[in-house]
Amino acid sequence: MAEMWLNMGPQHPMTHGLWNLRVKVDGETITEAEPVIGYLHRGWEKLTENRKFAQIIPMADRLCYGASMSWSHLYCLTMENLLEVEVPERAKYIRTIVLEAQRIGSHLMWLAALGTDLGSYTVFLYPVRERELFLDLMQNLCGARMTYNYPRIGGVRNDVPANFERDFTRVLNHFEKRLPDYEALCDQSTVFRMRMEDIGYLSAEQAKNLGVTGPNLRGSGVDYDVRRDDPYEVYDQVDWKVCVEKTCDAYARYRVKMDEMRESCNIIRQCIKKMPKGAIRVKAPRTAPRGKTAWAHVEDPRGEGFMYVIGNGDDQPYRLKVRSPIFVTVSAAPAMLVGYKVADVPAIMGSVDMCLGETDR
Amino acid sequence: MESNGLYEFLYGIALWLMQVLAWPCNNLLGWNDFAAWLISPGVVEFLTIFLASIVVFVVGFLVSITFIWQERKTLGRLMDRRGTQVGFLGLFQNFADGLKTFIKEHIIPDEVDKQLFNLAPVLLIAMSCLMICLIPMGPNFYLVDLPAGLLLIFAIFSLAPFAILMAGWASNNKYTVMGGMRAAAQLIAYEVPILLSVAAVVVLAGSFNLFEIVAAQQSSTWYIIPLFIGALVFLLSAIAEVERIPFDLPEAEAELVEGWMTEYGGFRWGLIMLSEYVRGFAACGLIVILFLGGWSGPDFLWPEIWFLIKMFLVFGMFIWIRGALMRVTTKQILGIGWLRLVPLALINLGVAIALKMGGWF
Repeated sequence: MAEMWLNMGPQHPMTHGLWNLRVKVDGETITEAEPVIGYLHRGWEKLTENRKFAQIIPMADRLCYGASMSWSHLYCLTMENLLEVEVPERAKYIRTIVLEAQRIGSHLMWLAALGTDLGSYTVFLYPVRERELFLDLMQNLCGARMTYNYPRIGGVRNDVPANFERDFTRVLNHFEKRLPDYEALCDQSTVFRMRMEDIGYLSAEQAKNLGVTGPNLRGSGVDYDVRRDDPYEVYDQVDWKVCVEKTCDAYARYRVKMDEMRESCNIIRQCIKKMPKGAIRVKAPRTAPRGKTAWAHVEDPRGEGFMYVIGNGDDQPYRLKVRSPIFVTVSAAPAMLVGYKVADVPAIMGSVDMCLGETDR
Repeated sequence: MESNGLYEFLYGIALWLMQVLAWPCNNLLGWNDFAAWLISPGVVEFLTIFLASIVVFVVGFLVSITFIWQERKTLGRLMDRRGTQVGFLGLFQNFADGLKTFIKEHIIPDEVDKQLFNLAPVLLIAMSCLMICLIPMGPNFYLVDLPAGLLLIFAIFSLAPFAILMAGWASNNKYTVMGGMRAAAQLIAYEVPILLSVAAVVVLAGSFNLFEIVAAQQSSTWYIIPLFIGALVFLLSAIAEVERIPFDLPEAEAELVEGWMTEYGGFRWGLIMLSEYVRGFAACGLIVILFLGGWSGPDFLWPEIWFLIKMFLVFGMFIWIRGALMRVTTKQILGIGWLRLVPLALINLGVAIALKMGGWF
């Protein structure tokens, strides 16, 4: 068969979201790959320039449908740096707890999507079932299940509900009992290992040069995590470890995310135990000085999220720049795909955990 | 067609029908010659065969759609959900689906090769239905008893990938072509081990006739006991033969959209899906006949009922495998077929020859 270009997307079961992966195939072997994005572009950064600071928080939720809490939190963190607000200790603990719960929810959604990519609906339905529990916890906390609008500049919107600790502990206990089930379905299954091992090789050097961050970078054996290397909130006050895998393939990226879910449970437990009493929010100034800049970066479930803001002298930002992890990671797709088969595309791109909301903005 | 219970019964019905028709011709209209022709043995036998083929087809068809229902419910339970709920115990779901696909628009894309595009599903469905009439369900319930029935069944079985390749090529779509090519590659992987494992059964039974194979098992023991390896090889190859997970490469929905049937829609697509379950019927029937003693069982139930019970159990195995595993890739199925299944089948053949030479069977 002669070489031909194959459009996988924008409407294709492999693409979780709306993007197009153009691959040149020789028979079934990929010789070239070219991701095409921009189908979901909403002009987010421009939109923020006509909004007041507080109005941007729910917009930041919409950056990623899978992990909205971490994006509205990143925005609030950036604004706190700009307005020089010190967040109360209790609010920091609450934020850490919900961020980690969000990370587990996002990783579960990724695992479910990976299941359908590999053709197993069991692996789709089991994580979705557990994700429901975390969504319920979020619903108790802030009333929403997907776009939470919970962090505020200078704290969080409301204090934790009654039985917060009991509910979280119950869900975590249940979830930690369920995690071995997934590993029995995936890690102990020869078919899963055959599909995931030795494909999508991305060396540490390549990953660093291409700007890959987050679990995908750690899957390539680079020990880097913003939560540890530049701590925000209370990550420096709890005892946890960064999960790194050396094998650089799709299976390593899978393993990193699975281990991170365990670590997240660990962090949440410690934070619940240590959470002090006190205020949850301080008043923040309404306006930012003209020309003043600030930035913040966090460890989003998908990688390093970064925001850069310039004040305008009034209550609207002059410019708000977002660096989304998947926008950068998707440019590494050719490096991961070339040389493998078409059948490996869902497994490789599934291991990356695509989210188009933040990519196209 | 030899005489058997089904034939005798239907012959009585056909004779009665013809006599009812002949009476007015004879007594009221006076067409004595015509009435005599109506009740002549040739005409009655023709009507009998016609009725018998309808009965056998309807039974095979009903068992096939019961397979779909069984799959929906069992898979639902395996995945921690309830499965279909349409009608009593979800039994009406298939009829609802059938009606839905029936009233859909019948689309033929402009770019397809219309003759082949229309011919391919007809061939596929016809070959699947042809297999129903070759599978005997009991000593008294069958349509034909061929001396080499086993060979004919496998000949028809291995024709299906040609229809798939035809459909994939005629659809004039990159995904369908790749699906069709995969079907051809898959044929090479499973056809050799399946025939080798059948050869062992033929060696033990000393016949290609399905009735004699069952009779040989009734006089000795079920062949799953001496030929356990062969039964395993046959089960795995049969799953590849009917294109189910983990071997459903030609229609891998994650990377190839819907594989070779991407361009088919409406009732045609519904019939193609149904024909897969009809082929599943044939595969399960063969496993029961070759390895599980066919319709033999204790006397308190009809042999046909025993046959159905064993068939549903074997199909339950298929469903279980589908619920637990992911899809493999083309390279891996060739590896499994040639490096694992062929050696196992050869060992199995050696066991069969040793048992036959040693005089135990």
